[in-house]
Amino acid sequence: MIQTDILVIGGGPSGLSAAIAAGKSGAQVLMVDRSPQFGGQLMKQTHMFFGSENQYASTRGFEIGHKLIKEVKSYKNIKILPSTTALGIYEGGVITLEQKIGAEEFYLKVYAKSLIIATGALEKSLPFANNDLPGIYGAGAVQTFMNEYLVKPGKRVLMVGAGNIGLIISYQLLQAGVEVAGIIDASPEIGGYLVHASKVRRSGVPILTGYTILRADGTDHIEKATIAKVDQHWKPISGTEIEFDVDVLCISVGLTPSSAFFWQIGCEMLYVKELGGYVPRRNEYLQTTVKNIYVAGDSAGIEEASSAMVEGSMAGLAASQALGFKHTSYENKMQGLLQEIQDLRGGEKSTHIREGYKKASF
Amino acid sequence: MTNDNIILCRCEDVSVQDIHNVVAEGYHTLEEIKRVTRVGMGPCQGRSCLMMILRELSIITNQPIENLLPDTYRPPTKSVSFDFFVDNSKEGGSKDDF
Repeated sequence: MIQTDILVIGGGPSGLSAAIAAGKSGAQVLMVDRSPQFGGQLMKQTHMFFGSENQYASTRGFEIGHKLIKEVKSYKNIKILPSTTALGIYEGGVITLEQKIGAEEFYLKVYAKSLIIATGALEKSLPFANNDLPGIYGAGAVQTFMNEYLVKPGKRVLMVGAGNIGLIISYQLLQAGVEVAGIIDASPEIGGYLVHASKVRRSGVPILTGYTILRADGTDHIEKATIAKVDQHWKPISGTEIEFDVDVLCISVGLTPSSAFFWQIGCEMLYVKELGGYVPRRNEYLQTTVKNIYVAGDSAGIEEASSAMVEGSMAGLAASQALGFKHTSYENKMQGLLQEIQDLRGGEKSTHIREGYKKASF
Repeated sequence: MTNDNIILCRCEDVSVQDIHNVVAEGYHTLEEIKRVTRVGMGPCQGRSCLMMILRELSIITNQPIENLLPDTYRPPTKSVSFDFFVDNSKEGGSKDDF
């Protein structure tokens, strides 16, 4: 049995930040990620970040990922296991893992005094006719194709969802030489930042708000997508249909926190619409209702990488401190992080996030 | 357009119509519906479909999503073969040399 002070599940922005904070505090840290490469969604993000200098503004997502990975590797007391998936969490602090090395799989058991669950999020999907036709992808898949594997998903795309992810991916599709027929969103307003929306609009891509996807058609592959206007009850209005000849439909309708481990271990869970789904109740320092189990990043509620990194640092500091590994300037650091997260959630677009967090906190 | 070709669960090929049918037969909770349709029980273990299933169920049974618990989560979180456990248990299931 592997023994560690803190196990971090998930090596995305929040997990990496949590490991660094715990490493700095002097705790023995083990971090696992199911991917061969750490960095999570950051590694697909070729655009520059906004925000303050603390969250790497003007740096591209994957560069932030590389920076964090490099920092993690500089700590002797942080061990990382790539291609390792957490399978189960059991009472008493035992976690089982599946580690892949080449074609071989190993079954590992870890005893951890404290656990930071930073498992991120899952993409939401939509029910519409023929939604299982090839050529219909989630936004994450399209981003993985293009930005990680340098493969175009198709020739002409209809984007469903005008949030930041939908807008940014539309722009990246254009950059890759893929035609974007349009962006639709059922909401009456564009969900993403106006800078992103203006950028794609300037490139000639229409953004149609108040429209939903009705159906996809094609023989072996999507050839046509039909959209329709929705009424105030989100029901399609007949006679308002518009057809698009496309070979790709990209679904970017939001994320839901990945919550399986919190349910497994018996954390008190809450459905919070504003945070994207079921989340564990947690205190100001990200501890759940189960002692020594912490949450950080999108698995605590859907937000952005910037806040995920701050949450990760907070959880890492708090988890270490609770085990007796107190960072030399713990109070100052924590105060600074609390202020930072408050600033990040201060904007007009973050009203729902603030409300969501109020509901989920105890 | 029928609900037949609206797929909720790709792994087990369960459509919106299938859910309507079992609700009409009297199965109302996710647990019951999972048992009769296997919805959300394939290789993805509900990762890509659970929220969509809960949303449809909330519309069909006319109750808020908050009241629909997403059922029980048990380890393992992903599909692993029995071989995997058997092979590893022979060696005591641990690897201490990391």
